[in-house]
Amino acid sequence: MSILVIAEHDNSSLKQATLNVVAAAKAIGGDIDVLVAGENVGAIAEAAAKAEGVNKVLVADNAAYGHFLAENLGELVAEVGKGYSHILTSAGTTGKDFMPRVAALLDVAQVSDIIRVESADTFVRPIYAGNAIATVKASDSIKVITVRPTGFDPVAAEGGSASVEQLDVVKDAGLSSFVGEEKAKSDRPDLASAGIVISGGRGMQNGENFKMLEQVADLMGAAMGASRAAVDAGFVPNDMQVGQTGKIVAPQLYVAIGISGAIQHLAGMSDSKVIVAINKDEEAPIFQVADYGLVADLFEAVPQFEEELKKVL
Amino acid sequence: MKVLVAVKRVIDYNVKVRVKPDNTGVDLANVKMAMNPFCEIAVEEAVRLKEKGVASEIVVVSIGPKACQEQIRTALALGADRGIHIETDEEVQSLEAAKLLKAVVEKEEPKLVILGKQSIDSDNNQTGQMLAALTGMGQGTFASEVVVDGEKVNVTREVDGGLMTVALNLPAVVTTDLRLNEPRYASLPNIMKAKKKPLDAMSPADLGVEIAPRLSTLKVEAPASRQAGIKVADVAELVDKLKNEAKVI
Repeated sequence: MSILVIAEHDNSSLKQATLNVVAAAKAIGGDIDVLVAGENVGAIAEAAAKAEGVNKVLVADNAAYGHFLAENLGELVAEVGKGYSHILTSAGTTGKDFMPRVAALLDVAQVSDIIRVESADTFVRPIYAGNAIATVKASDSIKVITVRPTGFDPVAAEGGSASVEQLDVVKDAGLSSFVGEEKAKSDRPDLASAGIVISGGRGMQNGENFKMLEQVADLMGAAMGASRAAVDAGFVPNDMQVGQTGKIVAPQLYVAIGISGAIQHLAGMSDSKVIVAINKDEEAPIFQVADYGLVADLFEAVPQFEEELKKVL
Repeated sequence: MKVLVAVKRVIDYNVKVRVKPDNTGVDLANVKMAMNPFCEIAVEEAVRLKEKGVASEIVVVSIGPKACQEQIRTALALGADRGIHIETDEEVQSLEAAKLLKAVVEKEEPKLVILGKQSIDSDNNQTGQMLAALTGMGQGTFASEVVVDGEKVNVTREVDGGLMTVALNLPAVVTTDLRLNEPRYASLPNIMKAKKKPLDAMSPADLGVEIAPRLSTLKVEAPASRQAGIKVADVAELVDKLKNEAKVI
């Protein structure tokens, strides 16, 4: 078997999710090649070549892939991937965008968002917002798969020595073009891969109050998240949303503040190692999954939390 | 311009999902069904395009058993002009759904196809992208804003880390994210009127598509449940536990 992993990156660095996907590829077994498609991605290809377990890195470096347009990536990956038994990428917004195009162009099914590998053709994935877990067998000769990064421990980023090969394949479908982007600027760690996440919910009452959480987050080196209720209420932008309709996270420590714990939120964070909940409603469902629960008014508890943390950190 | 909207009948999002005791699937007997929430957003967006004078006709299509006509009627009550029901009792997976929709696109020749980004039952997030690839169209997935401008459509997308805007040649496929709009409720007079709007039924065979699933579900289980921990008395105890017991700070 031979597996092609499509690297996730932002043209400046390799995303950790790629290492999780390589881990999923190792669980399937076989030679693992990594495709790095983007613009000016030499350094990223070198980083991918150092990842544990990678056999060969293929590089498609062209302006056509610079903004990860699905129409162009879809054609590229379908062509490069047709000789492989499996094509894998992370179930981030880029992978979710282009990968189904690859599957359709190859006339095969896609298995989305796997969290476990049972065998080379059988995979486990959550359905119904994580309220059920399905084991699915794929019968196509090429398995096209997106991987939920939190389902797999990443392979080591260093130690490998894969060869790097430049590809001369330029696919520009001419259907779409990049207009612009607004990236949330933050010095905090990336929500999807952070070791600690602090999230606020509707109990925060407004966006201004999230500053309180930011101070605690900076103290702990945590990423900031939010419940869908807080996003829908307009307190914070959608890219902070944790839950089935937002990001799926599994940090070492997840701190839920003013979050009641709707099913859709729990689906996005209940694989966290340790969960802390601060909520004034002692009946809130979040307490049913929290390792440590504090029934308190968050506007008193959060400043105290910050003070106590300063003593020990 | 003509807009095609695809909608799916799924379990109502307020219903608690229960796995069947024999692990063959989720119990849907006597469970309330509804239009997939992302599809409601797709219908709403099409109706708003019509209200702005951008769309001239809205055709709504659904694939599945006879009961799907309820969801088509809902879309008609919300402002769609006519419905197409592709009737089948078989399980239809994303690739086949995309092939069926491609056949409808070839017949109807819409300028814009709007779908939900995913259905809340299978959570695949595939059909819109597959349809776009099969029909050779560009795609604006996870849309939070859709602006039609002449022969192009600008779609602002919710992506990891922020927003990204792409320009697509028409015809194009758009899939909706949560913040694109807030769907309206159908009024009673509109529900009555919707009963008289045209609804064509056809089979997958009529469209020349064979239903042959590539994925088989071996079992469906309830997720491992997490045990509730302890309640701490105050913040000092919380920080102490995190440092000395859980050792995560």
